[in-house]
Amino acid sequence: MAMELDDARLEPLLEASRRIDLVLGMVVKSADFRYYNAAVYLAEGEVRHVHRKVYLPTYGMFDESRYFAAGDRVRTFDRHGFGVGALVCEDAWHLSAPYLLFVQGVSLMLCISSSPGRGVLANPEADLSPGSAHSWEDLLRTVAEYTASYVVYCNRVGYEDGVNFWGGSAVLAPDGSTVAEAGAEEGMLFADIDLREVERQRLNTPLLRDEKVEFTLRELERVWNERTGGPY
Amino acid sequence: MSAPAGPTEVADEPLDSSELALNLPLVESILLGFISNETTRVGFDKVVVGMSGGVDSSLVAALAAKALGPENVIGVSMPYRASNPASLADAQLVAEKFEIPLRVVEITPQVDAYFERFPDADNQRRGNKMARERMTILYDVSLAETALVLGTSNKTELLLGYSTIFGDSASALNPIGDLYKSQVWQLSSHVGIPDQVIGKAPSADLWEGQSDESELGYRYAAVDRLLFHLVDRRVAVDELVDMGHDPAFVEAVLQRVRTNQYKRRPPIIAKVSLRTIDREFRYPRDWGV
Repeated sequence: MAMELDDARLEPLLEASRRIDLVLGMVVKSADFRYYNAAVYLAEGEVRHVHRKVYLPTYGMFDESRYFAAGDRVRTFDRHGFGVGALVCEDAWHLSAPYLLFVQGVSLMLCISSSPGRGVLANPEADLSPGSAHSWEDLLRTVAEYTASYVVYCNRVGYEDGVNFWGGSAVLAPDGSTVAEAGAEEGMLFADIDLREVERQRLNTPLLRDEKVEFTLRELERVWNERTGGPY
Repeated sequence: MSAPAGPTEVADEPLDSSELALNLPLVESILLGFISNETTRVGFDKVVVGMSGGVDSSLVAALAAKALGPENVIGVSMPYRASNPASLADAQLVAEKFEIPLRVVEITPQVDAYFERFPDADNQRRGNKMARERMTILYDVSLAETALVLGTSNKTELLLGYSTIFGDSASALNPIGDLYKSQVWQLSSHVGIPDQVIGKAPSADLWEGQSDESELGYRYAAVDRLLFHLVDRRVAVDELVDMGHDPAFVEAVLQRVRTNQYKRRPPIIAKVSLRTIDREFRYPRDWGV
């Protein structure tokens, strides 16, 4: 299933991207035979952006580092005035990845995932979502609000080898509110997004304007030096 | 929300099972989706369930009937001459309630024919043989009717190894293998399994008067709570004792879980090649479907 980005099998999708932009989850093979779990953005018949998953979960039920090479960067790109960035699943759980998109001025964060449903003990909400879905909802809402960005989240549905995928794809606004939300079934979700909403949120709460990147960098350097500077 | 009490016959010292209380509508919806998705994706419409009249197989049969429609579930009761007649009556009660067609296939002739040659065989050998005869019947129905065999082993049994390998533990899909016995009781109550099935003392019914809890030597409520802490919550042994679990009980259960690991894994393959099944060749079971 892994393929390089010039693979002819991508042609039908590239063709479709002349009508509507597409985000794909796929295994990207590099010319030197490394396999990346990646999100690929197609627009106007070409590959506009590739995000190679940085954080490969390899614990509990996950085994990704066994198979995949890890990406080592997050970048944004411009699309219709939006600063667009993509994350793959576990990336969103590490503060660093959304933070790095934030300081690059992201306004539309795309996150694709295959998040398995688990955690079914009784809870006060007693809704039809597993514990993992509640964690994701909290996380995405927080990321949207504290980066003042739209978050577009697409999660898998269905079953594989006894594992269920809970769906819950959603579009969140820069204030953390829900613009559109899908359920546990496969479906189409439509939402309007507006760059002015990003601007309004950033006027109300200028977190990006006041973010001290140099401070973060300096402190991180200090922490890194302390962690690595002593005797091993 | 609190879990229903276990069987009334042995409920001498009520234990708090509320830690194991499930979000029942959520679990039911996941399991119904599991049964229907994993059955149809491999090209099957039907399933076959061995219905003993006990709570585990009653729950699995009821879930299957809800997921696939009762006309797509084949219930098979397989009594031995020494089986408690109330077991078959309970299986029939559940089948009627959920409109599941139930067949009765006696295993007495095939089991007795075998042990005529080995009259000294003890209860355990006879019990294992019965469990495996039942397995062969379910797999025969599976082929004859193009129906997948549903498993009925719960998490407590699987962890304790309280099953016959290649017997009652054999199946294509197991909807309840991640639920402790206490949770099976909760879900059974939620889906409407009759109280008399939920409330009776659990028994493999392999010989007269057999009871899970007397054979295991502990009550499900106690062992479920311990296993939940040990397995699900990853509580260390010294912490378990601090939490009030009896040290000897903890050690005995832990030993039993370890010793029975072999029942939960496929047979060991001697590795000689560079790519061995389940070691480097490790595709999901649903690979390609």
